[in-house]
Amino acid sequence: MTFQTRIDKALHNETLQIALDRNAERRIAGRNQVFADLPDAEMVRDRGRAIRIETLAHLDRYLEQFAANVEARGGQVHWAADATEAREIILRLARESAARRPAGQAGPPIIAKGKSMVSEEIGLNHAFEAAGMTAIETDLGEFIVQLRGETPSHLITPAVHLRREDVSDLFHERFGMPPTLDVTQMTAVARTELRRAFFTADLGLSGVNFGVAETGTITLVTNEGNGRLCTSVPRVHVALMGIERLVPTLVDLEVMMRLLPRSATAQKLTSYVSMLNGPRRPDEPDGAEELHVVLLDNGRSRALGGDLAESLMCIRCGACLNVCPVFREIGGHAYGSVYGGPIGSVVSTALFGTEFNELANASTLCGACKDICPVRIDIPTMLLTVRGRYVDSGQPPAWLKVGIAGWAWTMGGTVRYRLAQRLAALGTRLLARNGRIRSLPPPLDAWTKRRDFPTFAGQTFKDRWRRRQAAENAGKTGGAAPASDNKA
Amino acid sequence: MPALKFTKVQLFVTCIVDSLFPEVGEATVAVLERLGLEVEFPEAQICCGQPGYNAGFRADARRLALHTLDVFEASPAPVIVPSGSCAAMLVHGFADLLQDDPANLARAQALAARTYEFSQFLIDGLGLDPATVTAGAHLAEKVTFHTSCHLLRGLGVQEAGQRLLGAVPGIELVPLPGADQCCGFGGLFSVKHGNISSAMLDNKLAAVRATGASTVVACDMSCLMHMQGGLTRDGSAVSCRHLASVLAEAAAPAASEARP
Repeated sequence: MTFQTRIDKALHNETLQIALDRNAERRIAGRNQVFADLPDAEMVRDRGRAIRIETLAHLDRYLEQFAANVEARGGQVHWAADATEAREIILRLARESAARRPAGQAGPPIIAKGKSMVSEEIGLNHAFEAAGMTAIETDLGEFIVQLRGETPSHLITPAVHLRREDVSDLFHERFGMPPTLDVTQMTAVARTELRRAFFTADLGLSGVNFGVAETGTITLVTNEGNGRLCTSVPRVHVALMGIERLVPTLVDLEVMMRLLPRSATAQKLTSYVSMLNGPRRPDEPDGAEELHVVLLDNGRSRALGGDLAESLMCIRCGACLNVCPVFREIGGHAYGSVYGGPIGSVVSTALFGTEFNELANASTLCGACKDICPVRIDIPTMLLTVRGRYVDSGQPPAWLKVGIAGWAWTMGGTVRYRLAQRLAALGTRLLARNGRIRSLPPPLDAWTKRRDFPTFAGQTFKDRWRRRQAAENAGKTGGAAPASDNKA
Repeated sequence: MPALKFTKVQLFVTCIVDSLFPEVGEATVAVLERLGLEVEFPEAQICCGQPGYNAGFRADARRLALHTLDVFEASPAPVIVPSGSCAAMLVHGFADLLQDDPANLARAQALAARTYEFSQFLIDGLGLDPATVTAGAHLAEKVTFHTSCHLLRGLGVQEAGQRLLGAVPGIELVPLPGADQCCGFGGLFSVKHGNISSAMLDNKLAAVRATGASTVVACDMSCLMHMQGGLTRDGSAVSCRHLASVLAEAAAPAASEARP
């Protein structure tokens, strides 16, 4: 399916349109309120930005420090250069853990998964399935999406493309739940299903919101408590993270924690903030026996040296998706990448390559993303950079190349420009009825399908200016410019 | 009339106003001249290059940026642009395009420092009280104001337009719900992704209808052309007008007739 086809599908999906409108209105109002209540919010954002810049500027050093501290606390660190390596590491850990089950409990490995976009990035669920393992998403939104055989459509709210009516239908069909719109009842059904997963899993997999270099701490920001269960009940916990997800110190973490929940879910703090420091120690009553941290590169170190490096500052709060007027129309799946929306249009190209360049075209460059980004990532400028790559690699359609070539030639000199204006005035006047054009040939029909187009002026501003200058030189003084043959 | 910070200005009328909406250029001149400013119009000006820049054709855009620098360097007077979008191109786009060309980057930065969007110039550039600009004006009309994206977020001009409109006696200024949301124009976006653009336009026009205003005012003819195109198609009588046109008309004698 092409990008255009996915967009058309989304625009015609009424459920999606209702869900996206609800999301945008609710999320942005909440986010703005919770930032208005934060003292010195703009200063906190500046500090957050400075922390992300510092982290990326010395990422090599902070990674070494983080890894050393994870190991010092009894964790094991695995470096994965790409998605394949990361999948192999995690599958091996799952097999090894299942092999240590008490006797008489044979069967394929079971994995309880907390929310992790990086696991989506590496296609981990497919890998588990292909290996005959059972992986259960334990974040409610992810659980819903998994039951439907879909992928998440938003960084923070994976089932944002669905209404509660859709979830009711799904639970009714899968678990025999009586149809209801009561969220508490639906959650209770999910809870019963998920408890089983937590207590039978061989391996708990989680993402990482921030790794703290100075301590080796893994920080998880969640609301449902599933993150805590995934990381503490199964005998092995695997934390999967992109190498850019670090902060240097605990003080820096505190700054980021003021920004992330507010931007993501309009909360001062999420219900749970887990700070994990190594596996269970002998004197501790609970916790995983083993902690493995998988650090994934997958294009990040290459992006770090390029002109889209700023996209690595992203803390995956999803605010730019919520505020984006294009995302509000097409949702996350239309982008065809794990990472959609404004930041996703940059990150996808930066990490996965040129086939995602076209995503950057789906933006009006309105700048709302940059405005709302807690660390002020200049997404619009990077979208322009991606569009430059799109052009430089010859990807635009023929009509656009020809059109821009014609435009550039026309604007290349005042005589040509004047000639084109005359032709456009003549042409548009021929096409117009009552001064408005209702239909234009392709590709401009994309405009006239929904909007009229005006006619070009017979007398341009420059014509009028010259006439006025001539009149003034002839001694006829005039105050304002003459109002003549005005249209519209 | 207090002494002005500037006596002369240069008008960068923009290719869209020059070609499609010349009366908006005339209105801009009329407002500036009424304040006692001398308006220069360098005739070699063409286009700032934004369509190419936004589409990723950076080499083409760079040529037009350099041409525009040549045109407006001839005079030290500030450059006034009746478009937030084109002004933002001069202020930010040129520097981005010329980032690897130190000599021309310095030229771009110097021009950026004396480039103003029309409403920004009146309020921030000249430091005028809105009432000074609208002295003697009158217009009995219910209007709403659309804050175009590049004006608001590109140039950081938040209230100049509303303040000027609000100062015109007779005008009833009603807030536009979601005024800071994009109308969906986005230049070539409206053709490349015409259906997303249309969906965004639908949202914007629903908000316009909810205000009950008879006129939508903005500082960018591109957004206004987009919204007007949708309104006319819907058979709506609501008209979309540039701030300069409204200010010029309000100040002109017999304000209620002869609308441009």
